Amino acid sequence: MRPVIPYVTAALLFGAGVYGVLRRRNAVLVLMAVELMLNAVNLILVTADTTVRATLPHGGQVFALFVIVLAAAEVGVGLAIVLQLYRLRGSVAVDTVRLDAAPASELDEPRVPS
Amino acid sequence: MSLDVLGPLLPLVPLAAALSGFVLPLRSRTAAASLGIAGAAGALVVAILLAVRVDEPFETVVEWAQFGELSVTAGVRIDQAATLVAVAVGVVALAVQVYSTAYLHDDDRYPPYAAQISLFTAAMLLVVVSGDLILLLVGWEIMGICSYLLIGHDRTLPGAPAAAVKAFLVTRVGDVGFLLGIVLLGVNSGSFWITQVLAGLPGLPAATVTAAALLLLAGVAGKSAQFPLHTWLPDAMAGPTPISALIHAATMVAAGIYVVTRLYPVFVLGEPSLVVLGVLAAITVLLGALAATAQDDIKRVLAWSTVSQIGYMAAALAVGAPAVALFHLLTHAAFKALLFLGAGSVIHGVGSNSMSEMGGLRRRMPATFWSMTIGLGALIGLPPLAGFWSKDAVLHAASAADAGWLPALVYGVGAAGVLVTAWYAGRLWLRTFFGAARSPGAESAHEPPWPMAVPVLVLAVPSALLGLLAFADGFGERLTPFAVDLPEVELAHLGAETAVPLVALLFGLVLVWALWRRDTALDPARFLGPLRPVFDNAFWLDTVQDRLVVRPVVALARRVAVADQRVVDGAVEGAGQGTADAGDRLAAWHRAGLPRAATALLAGMLLLGLAAALYGSAT
Amino acid sequence: MTGADLLLLALGAVAVGSGVLVVTTDQLVRAGLYLVVCLGAVAGLYLILTAELVAWVQVLIYVGAVVVLLLFAVMLTRAPIGRSPDLNRPGLPAAVIGGGAGLGLAALFADAFRWSAVDLPSPGTAESLGTELFGSWVLPFEVLSVLLLAALVGAIIVSRPDIGSRP
Repeated sequence: MRPVIPYVTAALLFGAGVYGVLRRRNAVLVLMAVELMLNAVNLILVTADTTVRATLPHGGQVFALFVIVLAAAEVGVGLAIVLQLYRLRGSVAVDTVRLDAAPASELDEPRVPS
Repeated sequence: MSLDVLGPLLPLVPLAAALSGFVLPLRSRTAAASLGIAGAAGALVVAILLAVRVDEPFETVVEWAQFGELSVTAGVRIDQAATLVAVAVGVVALAVQVYSTAYLHDDDRYPPYAAQISLFTAAMLLVVVSGDLILLLVGWEIMGICSYLLIGHDRTLPGAPAAAVKAFLVTRVGDVGFLLGIVLLGVNSGSFWITQVLAGLPGLPAATVTAAALLLLAGVAGKSAQFPLHTWLPDAMAGPTPISALIHAATMVAAGIYVVTRLYPVFVLGEPSLVVLGVLAAITVLLGALAATAQDDIKRVLAWSTVSQIGYMAAALAVGAPAVALFHLLTHAAFKALLFLGAGSVIHGVGSNSMSEMGGLRRRMPATFWSMTIGLGALIGLPPLAGFWSKDAVLHAASAADAGWLPALVYGVGAAGVLVTAWYAGRLWLRTFFGAARSPGAESAHEPPWPMAVPVLVLAVPSALLGLLAFADGFGERLTPFAVDLPEVELAHLGAETAVPLVALLFGLVLVWALWRRDTALDPARFLGPLRPVFDNAFWLDTVQDRLVVRPVVALARRVAVADQRVVDGAVEGAGQGTADAGDRLAAWHRAGLPRAATALLAGMLLLGLAAALYGSAT
Repeated sequence: MTGADLLLLALGAVAVGSGVLVVTTDQLVRAGLYLVVCLGAVAGLYLILTAELVAWVQVLIYVGAVVVLLLFAVMLTRAPIGRSPDLNRPGLPAAVIGGGAGLGLAALFADAFRWSAVDLPSPGTAESLGTELFGSWVLPFEVLSVLLLAALVGAIIVSRPDIGSRP
């Protein structure tokens, strides 16, 4: 087994994920790109299990499991935020969120009753 | 009391009176007057004791501080000349204090006035006896401040505050040079003690001594109202008349002359300085005399007369006769104080300064009339009054000096000055005391109360008799300042040359009398014709000074103020504002939206990874 | 080139291809579906790398739950079915950074490993991984469960209209 293949795959997946985070306007698509990055990292971890002689056996795979759990948790919370943002602003485009606007001005925004 | 105690006591007595006087409340007139008179009397007593007991010069030194190689000392150096000048100061101060109690009887700020006069007396005496240049400077500066305070005493007078500021600033210009001269002398000699400085003079480079002498002359010109720093003295007449008598006739303006005699070796070794002094003196003698011929205000006539007479003293110094200068200083103190106090009595009686509103006061104020006659006679140099002997001594010193253009200039100017002096003094005498009264004030004039009349009468005595002291044995020696190696100059001299000033004097008197006779109600000065406004404005030197110096300086000051506001304050506030703005900008930049933050984050990650990879491949 | 290598190559190509499609397509729903393909290919890669438990957990959680959640979000945010024109931001920084990161890493790995071969390790069965998890890694495991709880509670609170919508 030549480990360079999964390694390079993971690297390219990671690059695609970074591209997606910076390119996409829709928040859900950004989250999808983040998932790509996480998967790339998982792949590296699992492949590293084969190339690295670790003290703890299967350390990479255990770590990959943890990352999967974290990714799941993160997607849950992230999507809750995205939905709340949609309720407040009516759109989930990431570059329309203004950080320097005073909070009081948000009272003028039309509220979508949930 | 030993001399060691008496010496420092001389300035300390009036100083104590001054300090106590400053804490008195405004209501306590009698206490203030008593303190003032006691201070002046005390100073006079100490001065007389010193004058009687001092034979050889003595010093009392205390080392005050040491700054590396420079030592600052405090103490007195009293020689016979100093004691005589101190007696003169004491007499005039006492006369002025007594006179002021009546002249300012309705002034509600009398206590600080009396205290300031005491402070001034202390400062003048400090200058007279100080053995240390720094202490002399202290006294010099305090005199300047007291002059400012006293000229501006009555702030409601329209001209007084401006005149006080003008006096202060013009003398200040000179004082800068004075300070620099003292510093130059002290630093190069390693000590400020006058004896040491004078002893070390031959060891200093000639350029340094000349520079120091010229710088000192600047201060002398300022304080003694010599050309070109004379413009403050006539305007200072806005102050109360006793102040004019004390400060601007007898003491402060003479301080410059006194300092030159005290430090005479400096000026002798710095040769060009005496030449400069002589030229300035010549200009001043004629300038003052000519300006006095056209003034209407009686005090301004006397002020210009002072300028002119001090020019005589300076001229005597320039031709190498400091003893003669001091002699004229003493007689001038007597008769000028007399004239000012007498003028004060006249102003008090008539209610106006202007001579066109006087006239015929001879019958209504006889005592004042006779006293002022003696004073005016001394001024013009009428024998046997004091002024004759001293002025004649000045002219004789000029003629006896080594050949050269300077003594000839001094002699010529001095003789011409005698003529003009006689003219303006005669004009003052005739306009004020003769003819018909020209105003209701003059008609109702009366003799002043006794505190004003007595000092005038008392001062008439030395004005008349002081000159005869010139015949006393060793008087000239007494007046020769310590450590001056000069040929003995005869103070009293009667010879063929005496005819010159006498003839000039007679000519001036006859001329003014003849002009006055044509119409006793009108001013003889009208015969000056087109020259009258020229003399009245003193050749418009005031305006010249204003245009050349005052206006550019004020404009520069305004620009500096603007620059300070815009540039300096702007830089300071700008720094703060700039920092706040930078902070705001940074904060706004920090509030990045998600896309920008993500870009920055991932770009940083890329760069770090690149750096790690390069580092890893390098090692 | 063994069979394992060929399979790795194939699955890797599928994963990369679908991953690129996820971030470049302009149809939202298709992006989600491409993500399914990508994640599935990665699960296949895990299997070849003898990480059995990880592979099935990947399918279960990632493909089964995460992608479903993402598709739910797409639907709840009224994403248009079909092409959406304004999905993308400026591409240059993204391309530079993404390309740089991906290609740079790939170059790093290729340079590090070249065409070397390794033996496949013992398979990561549920039993062996379980021993590890509950043996050496039990503390992180427990902490992770707390984290999951926190995420759960957080997601609920953020979604509530009265609390979560406060600025």
